Amino acid sequence: MIEKVQNQKAWLMIMPVLLLVAFNAIIPLMTVVNYSVQETFGNNVFFWEGVRWFQDVLRSERFHASLLRQLIFTFLILGIEVPLGVAIALTMPHRGIGVSVCLVFMALPLLIPWNVVGAMWNIFALPDIGLLGRMINGLGISYNFTQQPISAWATVIAMDVWHWTSLVVLLCYAGLRAIPDAFYQAAKIDGASGWQVFRYIQLPKMKRVLTIAILLRLMDSFMVYTEPFVLTGGGPGNSTTFLSIDLVKVALGQFDLGPAASMSLIYFLVVLLLCWVFYTLMMRSEGQQ
Amino acid sequence: MKRFVWLAPTLYILFLMLPIYWLINMSFKTTNEILGSFTLWPNEFTVENYVKIFTDSTWYMGYVNSLTYVLINTVISVVVALPAAYAFSRYKFLGDKHLFFWLLTNRMAPPAVFALPFFQFYSAMELFDTHLAVALSHCLFNIPLAVWILEGFMSGVPKELDETAYIDGYSFWRFFVKIFIPAIAAGIGVAAFFCFMFSWVELLLAKTLTSVEAKPIAATMTRTVSTAGYELGLLSAAGTLTIIPGAFVIYFVRNYIAKGFALGRV
Repeated sequence: MIEKVQNQKAWLMIMPVLLLVAFNAIIPLMTVVNYSVQETFGNNVFFWEGVRWFQDVLRSERFHASLLRQLIFTFLILGIEVPLGVAIALTMPHRGIGVSVCLVFMALPLLIPWNVVGAMWNIFALPDIGLLGRMINGLGISYNFTQQPISAWATVIAMDVWHWTSLVVLLCYAGLRAIPDAFYQAAKIDGASGWQVFRYIQLPKMKRVLTIAILLRLMDSFMVYTEPFVLTGGGPGNSTTFLSIDLVKVALGQFDLGPAASMSLIYFLVVLLLCWVFYTLMMRSEGQQ
Repeated sequence: MKRFVWLAPTLYILFLMLPIYWLINMSFKTTNEILGSFTLWPNEFTVENYVKIFTDSTWYMGYVNSLTYVLINTVISVVVALPAAYAFSRYKFLGDKHLFFWLLTNRMAPPAVFALPFFQFYSAMELFDTHLAVALSHCLFNIPLAVWILEGFMSGVPKELDETAYIDGYSFWRFFVKIFIPAIAAGIGVAAFFCFMFSWVELLLAKTLTSVEAKPIAATMTRTVSTAGYELGLLSAAGTLTIIPGAFVIYFVRNYIAKGFALGRV
């Protein structure tokens, strides 16, 4: 690590960032906190409610169900995308035209607006006009994501893997390319096996980029809204209603400001807690090295 | 086994291209053909959907609006993140670690949580339905990300570079602009790429903060669904066109990724 100098003037350099982010984060967050403890019947008249909304949300089965769905979704996609992304990054070409071709094509899904991703998968997977829907039904498997919860889940997961695995690939590939050739030559002289090269050279060098990739996927999978909403609308029934979708239903659909605000805060705290645990673990293991 | 290594990325790219192919395929079909028959490529090839988008200003202005706020956001995010990332990578100061994590927490804030307060806040500032409002609101998640990425790149630059420049009589800002920024050009490219990406694809906030003047293309597209019957061909054509700016951007930054970065010391 770089030896850092004590310098309180550093605060001045951070000021512009603080002002912009505080402007965007603290003021809206305080608005949400304000709503979360009050009841309103319109006309800008508010009544103090204390922690009632928080109790309601924490006890509601609907919230438990969407939190559970959210957790299952997040762990499934992390479990698929991270190993798959690392594997693809390891097998990608190192030189020549292949590198550019791979990078450009692989990055494409990342740069498509999220509602287009949802719409694209919708027409791709529809059982009557979609290529995927036709193919799966042609294999003799009954598949209809607008009616069967299992199909809907499979489609949402496949869509997320399609959409985001490339983020892991790009970051890991960049991390791998930064390893000097001398490391590999030394490993060859020592007679290291492929697994040993991966475990003791490639993985440690990829650590920071991989941490960023996993954290970004963890945060974003918790915020996932547009793609599943456009694809399935949270259905069939409530089977793919994740936290964000549920929240928007409460906030904009029913316009219950108080419950929606307290749900937002609980939701934010859950994401914060998960990321904090992961971040602290990664930082601690970095400190040990 | 080594000989078949190319198979994995090839299969992966095929998997990525299939839905995109289907979208492009749909965009050249007439609505009748889409709903009436199942064909792997357009039988009655038509560019009518594209003509409609390029001749109707409510359609093509969507692209202009989106690109405008994305570019404003990318510039703001990178410019303010540069000195902050430098401070985090070079100095120790009161509360630095907590501040860094606090910045990251803003990347974790779900836009769904902030949609309503943002609407009220930007309306009160009389910025509602301007490109600036969307650009500023996207700073919420893009500035922390830019600081995070740039800090990683800057930690990889040895401190001797700074010290030599000061001995040579450079002032801080002159050193920063003339020597340091060129040294982390790759980092700026990568940070700008990620800012562009997350601002271009975001819809919830962009839609909440605009109505007519700054309406993003992604929001314009939703009207193909709400009118009587689905205009799937038009929707596909508009979707296909949203892929193009992203493809350009990745083409320009591909070399930075190909050269590699580990974020921090290697």
